[in-house]
Amino acid sequence: MSYIPSTPEERLEMLGATGAQSMEDLFSAVPDHLRFKGLLDLPPAASEFEVISALKEMAGRNKVYQTWFRGAGSYRHYIPSVVRHLASRAEFVTAYTPYQAEISQGILQSIFEYQTLICELTGMDVSNAGVYDGAHAAAEACAMFADKNRPKVLAASTVKPMTAEVLRTYCRVAGRELEFFGAEDGKASSALLEQMLDTSVCCVYAEQPNFYGLVEDYGELTRAAHAAGAKMVIGSYPIALAVLKTPAEYGADAAVGEAQPLGMPPAFGGPYLGYMAVKAADARKLPGRIAGATVDAAGRTAYVLTLQAREQHIRREKASSNICSNQALCALTATVYCAAAGPGGLKEIAMRCVSLARYAARRISAVSGFSMMFEGFFFNEFVTRCPVDPAKLETKLAENDMLCGLPVQTEKGAGILWCLTERNTKDEIDRLVRLLGEVSA
Amino acid sequence: MKGTIFEKSRPGRSGFTLPAFDCEYERIPEQLLRGGPPLLPEVAEVDLVRHYTALSRESFGVDCGFYPLGSCTMKYNPKIGEDAAALSGFTDIHPLQPEDSAQGCLEALGTLGGYLCEITGMDAISLQPAAGAHGEFTGLSMIKAYLGATGHEEKKKVLVPDSAHGTNPASAVMAGFTVVSIPSAADGTVDLDALRGALGEDTAALMLTNPNTLGLFEKNIAAVAGMVHEVGGLLYYDGANLNAVMGITRPGDMGFDVMHLNLHKTFATPHGGGGPGSGPVACKSFLAPYLPGPVVDRTTQGFCLRQPKHSVGRVKAFNGNFLVCVRALAYLMTLGAAGVREAAENAVLNANYLLAKLRGTYDAPYGGRCMHEFVLSLEQLKKSTGIGATDIAKGLIDLGMHPPTVHFPLIVREAMMIEPTETESRETLDAAAEAMLRLYETARTDPGALRAAPSGSPVGRPDEAAAARNPVLRG
Repeated sequence: MSYIPSTPEERLEMLGATGAQSMEDLFSAVPDHLRFKGLLDLPPAASEFEVISALKEMAGRNKVYQTWFRGAGSYRHYIPSVVRHLASRAEFVTAYTPYQAEISQGILQSIFEYQTLICELTGMDVSNAGVYDGAHAAAEACAMFADKNRPKVLAASTVKPMTAEVLRTYCRVAGRELEFFGAEDGKASSALLEQMLDTSVCCVYAEQPNFYGLVEDYGELTRAAHAAGAKMVIGSYPIALAVLKTPAEYGADAAVGEAQPLGMPPAFGGPYLGYMAVKAADARKLPGRIAGATVDAAGRTAYVLTLQAREQHIRREKASSNICSNQALCALTATVYCAAAGPGGLKEIAMRCVSLARYAARRISAVSGFSMMFEGFFFNEFVTRCPVDPAKLETKLAENDMLCGLPVQTEKGAGILWCLTERNTKDEIDRLVRLLGEVSA
Repeated sequence: MKGTIFEKSRPGRSGFTLPAFDCEYERIPEQLLRGGPPLLPEVAEVDLVRHYTALSRESFGVDCGFYPLGSCTMKYNPKIGEDAAALSGFTDIHPLQPEDSAQGCLEALGTLGGYLCEITGMDAISLQPAAGAHGEFTGLSMIKAYLGATGHEEKKKVLVPDSAHGTNPASAVMAGFTVVSIPSAADGTVDLDALRGALGEDTAALMLTNPNTLGLFEKNIAAVAGMVHEVGGLLYYDGANLNAVMGITRPGDMGFDVMHLNLHKTFATPHGGGGPGSGPVACKSFLAPYLPGPVVDRTTQGFCLRQPKHSVGRVKAFNGNFLVCVRALAYLMTLGAAGVREAAENAVLNANYLLAKLRGTYDAPYGGRCMHEFVLSLEQLKKSTGIGATDIAKGLIDLGMHPPTVHFPLIVREAMMIEPTETESRETLDAAAEAMLRLYETARTDPGALRAAPSGSPVGRPDEAAAARNPVLRG
């Protein structure tokens, strides 16, 4: 089955209308020696029932844990039913990038609303329509501020390893330098940053909260960066921004991050959504699509893709980025999620994250050998030491349908990175603590 | 559409519920708190549903009608893919779960990767890139790493035909290369003399789409590959047009060394109004050590993730746009070996059928035969009536179809690029041809009507100049 409507007879008639003698004839431009002879080594066609059955079996070979204590860049929050329903509307799902504005007002307006949402969350002036994921957003932001005179990026050693790896790739390939500045007690150190800042540095990148869940002193980091003429880029957990000081309030020049927590399932890593927002003065440096409001000839409000002089299809090798397809449906999902939660709902989710994480940290760290690795305020993740082989702990918890926190290496040694969201309960934490007690005994 | 969701906000409204909370609420230190709450919409669930349902009705997808957007392969997106991607055994899996607890996900990626290698004639693949342009950047990064490792840092130039997608030169620059544009010959394919003149010791790669953006198969591809390889350059295949040749010929057999695929084009995953897509990168074995890691391996113990030896590094967090890959896998399982070839054949048949209906009226500068898409030039029409590609496109909106790609490729004046895909019936193609012929007539008899088009859509032509001059980018 190839989803082709025309019958064999119709195909023959259509072929006749083209003037070709045969299907082979249509491919006469393909030289014979390059033709693939015979059939590809793929399985035979399967019925819909067989396909979904096979994929259900495949999905069944994954373990879906009842209880999660793992985050580290991918978070399980509750997704209201309305989010999936609206983001599944076929008119959104099966459309291309909205090049033809008049027939795409709904999608363009949804991008405009998404941009508004990101500006509200981050406090910044201008958002683009989104990029591939949070790590990619960080890499694009650093690229945005780099130039010949300032080719160096400084990133905190406390950023997520995934972000660090993607930053490394993008910087190395583009010939930009990337160095990491150190931390004290799990938090990026502005003193260590200052020692590395000079006039070759284009920007400084740090995450809010950082990989260990800790909130750093972004005001100090920003002051240090600005004093050296460098820009400040902060990567934030978007749900934390319902309550925590915004990148704009810290004085950052760009706010980026992973928007997966806003309505997207963990799904083995994707699709997710990177958000990017800047001050008004830097709007034309942003990569990617941007929707803007204007009017039509009758004076009606109309939305369009705008500031396209930055983009690859106009500027080719002089474009600010190569981005074409982004993660539009994920941006719509994030917008619907935030509108469903509302300011009260998002704040409630954030406060539950904070409160459950604090309760879990108190209880877990009271178990012998599981003391807190770092001091300081954390959002919904924290690191404890681990007195046993982490693999054994993972297995023990898995037997109880729990996904253990992530085993991590820190500058103070190995530990477990625990994560709590509003999906967790006090009862789950109490059960976890009992199991930890059994393994540490 | 009247008003954004923010404008529909009323204080105190909400449709959001959570279970009772049995933990103590904790306080956040004052100095860490934001000054005021973000002004998010406060709406009831029914109002939220009506707002976005209304927005969806002012959008146009493949499910709404014919969408012959050239170079975008807007084929039908099978619903079974949505069901597969919604299975909790795929959605509720943490990307950093222990490998033995994520065997199904790894199997899906490993199986899809194997199928894609077979279709492309390549040896190895990474499913990490999120989109076609992301794949281009990745593939070029691999070329750069390979050239560096083999002592060829002097190779800094990437050759790109002037008919290429804009992403090609943009990606090459992002990967640190210099771009050299290669003119097309009169027949629309790469000008071999110009190519010969541009090739040299400093050539890193040639990027090529085959069939190219004019819908023409680069019949000299074997010679082109020979010339590029002779100077130690590599051949990059932009897979945007792979739908024309699946099962017919393979990039790996044509001499290409590395390529990306667009799962959201060729492999029927929906484009979502601009993504998420997926742009896997496939390559010959000598480039496999440079793939972004981790890649999926199959061992006697099952599937696992492995870091390629000289990996260019991650280009994205975690494992790519996984749920997009699941949809593509469902599609390939449904089509099977014969279906893949059948899709390509009928994509080419439909394009030729539509071209045959239009070429007597519209100017088809590159002849009467094409692959999966073709390009018309409306330059003469524009000269004689003032009506160009944009006007015809806007007229088509009023006739109920999505317009083709216009003003691309850049080498054709007043270009209109039409790609019907294999999933359209003869009646749909007939109706589209009739619409286009009717508009051609209208251009001559009543050009004013076309300049005012569209008139039946929610808005008329937006003032794009004003949008760029005085940007209003948020509500």
